[in-house]
Amino acid sequence: MQVTMTVNDDEVTREIEPRLLLVHFLRDHLGLTGTHWGCDTSNCGTCVVLMDGEPVKSCTVLAAMAGGHRVATVESMERDGVLDPVQQGFIEEHGLQCGFCTPGMMLTARALLDRNPDPTEHEIREAISGQICRCTGYATIVRSIRWAAEHPASGSTAEEVTV
Amino acid sequence: MASVEERPIGYGRLLRKEDPRLVRGKGHFVDDIQLPGMLHGAVLRSPLAHARVVSIDTSAALQHPKVHAVITGKDLEAQKLAWIPTLSGDVQNVLATDKVRFQGQEVAFVVADDRYSARDALELIDVEYEPLAPVVNARTALDPLAPVIRDDIEGKTNNHIFDWESGDAAATEAVFAGADVVVEQEMLYPRVHPAPMETCGSVASFDAVDGKLTLWCTTQAPHAHRTLYALVAGLPEHKIRVIAPDIGGGFGNKVPIYPGYVCSVVAAIVTGRPVKWMEDRTENLTSTGFARDYHMKGEVAATKQGKILAVRVKVLADHGAFNATAQPTKYPAGFFHIFTGSYDIEAAHCAVTGVYTNKAPGGVAYACSFRVTEAVYLVERMIDVLAAKLDVDPAKLRMDNLIQPEQFPYENKTGWTYDSGDYPAALKMAMERAGYDELRAEQAAKRANGELMGIGLSFFTETVGAGPRKDMDIAGLGMADGSELRVHPTGKAVLSISVKTQGQGHETTFAQIVAEELGIPPEDIDVVHGDTDITPFGLGTYGSRSTPVSGAAAAIVARKVRDKARLIAAAMLEASAADLEWEKGRWFVKGDPEQAATIQEIAMAAHGSMELPEGVEGALEAQTVYNPTNLTFPFGAYICVVDIDPGTGHVKVRRFIAVDDCGTRINPMIIEGQVHGGLADGVGMALMQIIAFDEEGNCLGGSFMDYLIPTALEVPDWETGFTVTPSPHHPIGAKGIGESATVGSPPAIVNAIVDALKPYGVGHIDMPCTPARVWAAMQGRAEPPQ
Repeated sequence: MQVTMTVNDDEVTREIEPRLLLVHFLRDHLGLTGTHWGCDTSNCGTCVVLMDGEPVKSCTVLAAMAGGHRVATVESMERDGVLDPVQQGFIEEHGLQCGFCTPGMMLTARALLDRNPDPTEHEIREAISGQICRCTGYATIVRSIRWAAEHPASGSTAEEVTV
Repeated sequence: MASVEERPIGYGRLLRKEDPRLVRGKGHFVDDIQLPGMLHGAVLRSPLAHARVVSIDTSAALQHPKVHAVITGKDLEAQKLAWIPTLSGDVQNVLATDKVRFQGQEVAFVVADDRYSARDALELIDVEYEPLAPVVNARTALDPLAPVIRDDIEGKTNNHIFDWESGDAAATEAVFAGADVVVEQEMLYPRVHPAPMETCGSVASFDAVDGKLTLWCTTQAPHAHRTLYALVAGLPEHKIRVIAPDIGGGFGNKVPIYPGYVCSVVAAIVTGRPVKWMEDRTENLTSTGFARDYHMKGEVAATKQGKILAVRVKVLADHGAFNATAQPTKYPAGFFHIFTGSYDIEAAHCAVTGVYTNKAPGGVAYACSFRVTEAVYLVERMIDVLAAKLDVDPAKLRMDNLIQPEQFPYENKTGWTYDSGDYPAALKMAMERAGYDELRAEQAAKRANGELMGIGLSFFTETVGAGPRKDMDIAGLGMADGSELRVHPTGKAVLSISVKTQGQGHETTFAQIVAEELGIPPEDIDVVHGDTDITPFGLGTYGSRSTPVSGAAAAIVARKVRDKARLIAAAMLEASAADLEWEKGRWFVKGDPEQAATIQEIAMAAHGSMELPEGVEGALEAQTVYNPTNLTFPFGAYICVVDIDPGTGHVKVRRFIAVDDCGTRINPMIIEGQVHGGLADGVGMALMQIIAFDEEGNCLGGSFMDYLIPTALEVPDWETGFTVTPSPHHPIGAKGIGESATVGSPPAIVNAIVDALKPYGVGHIDMPCTPARVWAAMQGRAEPPQ
């Protein structure tokens, strides 16, 4: 079957098997490997992307179901060489270690801040509670998202953060 | 945002070099690799825990239009690859030949055009099994009537693997016989799984013309893997390149060589095309390296005044179907014999028996420092059991028995030499941070109201940084690590190391070690790792050994470069080398600081046209191999506060205070992160995580629906502190931190739960302390899980 959707502001059309999962569509067909995969059961949230601005677990969305929708992946967060404040916050507050859950965590954080620019610690914990991180123990992720809330116009160029 | 000026040249809080690529989704994980013509592999696994394989019919699968090959144990037998050595001197079936011995064991490997087709074809393979009675419970594995799991081993008539002991049995018995007070407690450290977010996988590519195999692999130990592939498969070692790209968490899960890796290699050779294999989550949880499964009985002898005299432990260790633990050869129970803990005692003895069961192999993985996790849990639970018996405060009992600062280096009763520590200072700091006395007062008030609040402590001593090569090897490979440092003409440097980050931040920390030694800014130092073609040999990252072993190598190689720079600087400054003094980043003439050469200037001179002193070769580089003289002994004091809902048995971890001492601190931000992650692990193991089995040997924890892992809502905001007691024998005094919190936190949490349940007369409860299990304990029905 043929599917057409908007991925990171670009309209894409591909011939796919109806059973193809969105996560594999993004990774294997579009080469957007920033979206990771971690379980088969919608529990870990490693595969979270935004569909029409809302976080969805792309391992439980068929690519066909995303047809006609707007999908945003981690690759879209940096704009014109400037990092999203959420990305900058994760760097500043050590919100990542292995980096595998990070894209999903950051996209959920982005969606949270878009509807609630000044979330409490508990609101942040609730927002990311559908996602698992095995490295950080979550406290630094919470701090990273708070950093982004406190620096809404921040961000940096690629050069500046390359330590 | 930190400006360049704020960045430390050396130790200090430095933002990570890894992060700019990872926050952009530009990491390179194994599953991100796409090669031209690449095929995809999938593993057919046994649905039964114990069965004879009668026949395997692959004909229908081979007719699938997208299938290129189906490999079975018979095919591998022809290549002598059906069985491979484990890291513990046993063998493991790559693809089942005679029997299947655990649910999820590898039976066949399909290679197809894409991952979906490969899995479709698994359904087309017809395997006939003759079911056998499974051995699921370790306690009955040595029953004379138990089915023999390992009948592949000639003459094997039971499920016994090893007996191992440490300490002095007779001396310990003598102390117990004369003691005022003896307490004993049986406890289970249940089987758990590290479950890194990235599962295990590999991409194998074989160039038939030059005979070179390239294997991208989720491995924490690329060099050890390369050598073992050479030894096992007969491939020449210089024709094997193992690349560990970005790794999505390891925690020990990615130390062993798994059958899937071997199958991807075989498939790449057979098909002549690159082959990718990525396991799914169920495969990861049911077939790869688990941890613990230690059935322990602890005993402590003490005076009635509360002086601890001796500790004795018996362990039944469930190793699963193949003895595949990854630990030093001489230590079949790892470093469990650190169970004497942080206390100055007169005698100690442990006896460990390992048994086979029809469960997945593995047994040491999961941030455990080679079974230090089990040892610390045992002794720290026993201290609380003794405190309850003596009716003394567990904090006081610990404080009264801690090894004192002046006793270091301290020889314990099982052969360890603890390097350094100030234990009372750490415990005192933790108690002050917690507000210990106020917490006890609050608890008393709440108890009067029928509320269940608990306060739990643990004081742990780890032994990490394995290890001196005369004592410690993995599969015959000494546990040393190499390091190479090249300073380019313009003063920028490349450090190559043998260890491999899985999130610990080696690219940052190791650059800081060199920066501290040479004064080259960390942003001018690239750290190369995870590729056997371009890094020196070494045993890899696990058991908290990167900083203690490889970190030492990095410091020493930088000092070698500094020494050479001194000779070149002397020629540049027309001074005697003996008259030069080092200041971070430059050599200068004593008494005349203006007469100086910076390391960057020296680097250019080393590559330039200047005549170098006699005996000094061009370039500014060095290499070293670090063989530790002893392990390092990080320690810490942890306090946990829990509230338990008396109506449901639900445990909430309200506060967790962790004071750690890992010696010299290189990057405090990264250290804190390592501690945080371990604390969350501890909450998971204490409250939620267990890989259990039913009577037929079906795994009951085979997905994240059943194997529960803490989310942000199950853990508190951590309260951390630190003391610094450098290791005297380590070049920079660092001790390692990666596993401290995973080791130290579970007993603090369980002690807090037992403390909360005191009004119900609960003396012990086995992990995981789920609401159902806590509720059962409150009703007097606490039993080991499963």
